Amino acid sequence: MEWQAPAIVLDVRRHGENDAVATLLSEAEGRHRGLVRGGQSRRQAATWQVGSLVAARWTGRLADQLGHFTAELVHPSAALVLDSPLALALLAAACAVAEGALPEREAHPRIFAGLFRLLAGIVAPERAIVDLVRWEADLLADLGYGLDLRCCAVSGAVDDLAFVSPRTGRAVSRTAASPWAERLLPLPAFLCDAAAPAGASDWRDGLRLTGHFLARDGFGARHRPLPPARLSLYDRIATLAAPSPDPPES
Amino acid sequence: MGGPEIARLIALLGKLPGLGPRSARRAALWLLREPATRLAPLAAALTEAGAVVRRCRVCGNLDSQDPCFICADPGREQGLVLVVEGVGDLWAMERGGLYRGLYHVLGGLLSALAGVGPEDLSLAPLHARIAEGAVREVILALPATVDGATTMHWLADTLRPSGVAISRLAQGLPMGGSLETLDEGTLAAALRARRYESTP
Repeated sequence: MEWQAPAIVLDVRRHGENDAVATLLSEAEGRHRGLVRGGQSRRQAATWQVGSLVAARWTGRLADQLGHFTAELVHPSAALVLDSPLALALLAAACAVAEGALPEREAHPRIFAGLFRLLAGIVAPERAIVDLVRWEADLLADLGYGLDLRCCAVSGAVDDLAFVSPRTGRAVSRTAASPWAERLLPLPAFLCDAAAPAGASDWRDGLRLTGHFLARDGFGARHRPLPPARLSLYDRIATLAAPSPDPPES
Repeated sequence: MGGPEIARLIALLGKLPGLGPRSARRAALWLLREPATRLAPLAAALTEAGAVVRRCRVCGNLDSQDPCFICADPGREQGLVLVVEGVGDLWAMERGGLYRGLYHVLGGLLSALAGVGPEDLSLAPLHARIAEGAVREVILALPATVDGATTMHWLADTLRPSGVAISRLAQGLPMGGSLETLDEGTLAAALRARRYESTP
């Protein structure tokens, strides 16, 4: 058995002294594990970094075996963001979410394409955070837990959607939400309107929204917590969004 | 093959880094061929090291004295602390003989995927040394990997309020490396960290 495809490195774990077990995401094969001979060697270490885009080849005697990976580095996403704490946190969070939420060996072409775009543009983290939130919403939809942001669940209105019900995942307009606003999740404008501007508080609201449903449905259904990398990204963005303390009075 | 003692020796040797069952059998055979000159000194050295070697309570290095010979050396620059992942990295720095400051061994890296958090790293001794006031610069010498960089950013954020200077090792072209054979990640890092020879 054999396949060759562009893929994203989601996870690499040490195996013995020189080898590694890698998890890749490809368009047609989905999330796929394999043994990498010499994956920890000096020659290959740069290729097998989380977030790297690679041209991968998997071979196995039988389809359900772990099999072996070989790969050539195409785009060193991780190496490009080692200096940027925010971009690095983003990369780690996106890969950890894909690694933990996607079922093994099941094709999710839209999720692969979204993550590919996200990683290709990760050197601009302000844009990539918005892409990450949208990608997580797509991921939820692909897993069968999609958010319904077309119209207000209470009034049917399509304008001024500002909240999402944490129970049903359906949007609620600002007017209809007013009695329960504190119990609803804020809906950042960029999720409904691609052209809407997004700041740190929108990023935080977006991550909180998708994080809630990922924790409850995407990961919760598999009795797993949200990955620490995703939690740490939310904390970082929440710190950015927190209002700065008032300057001391002179 | 011989009795259970030999099988046990081979099994234990086989657990050493770089040795598999075949190599372990060869090593055991080599040791047992001249036990008096090969096996006995090795056994004595292992016993002695096991009894004497301990972790330095200041930096985390392995040595037969505590504090270790580096921390106890007054000739070292006391204001410089180089932070490394493991003792192997400390030894690698010492091999070059290029650095004359002190060390701190973290004992691992933060890893979201492997579930390693700050509580799993040795940080209290580093904070204690900085609080004493003798440290003026902390050099972060961690691997150029996602986990290494994540740990480096986290450490820099944590240490920043203490007021000490924080630096990190440069990344780029290795000695003797030609551009043609380097991976794209190293080339990108080298390009980012380029130094101007002259400016207009």
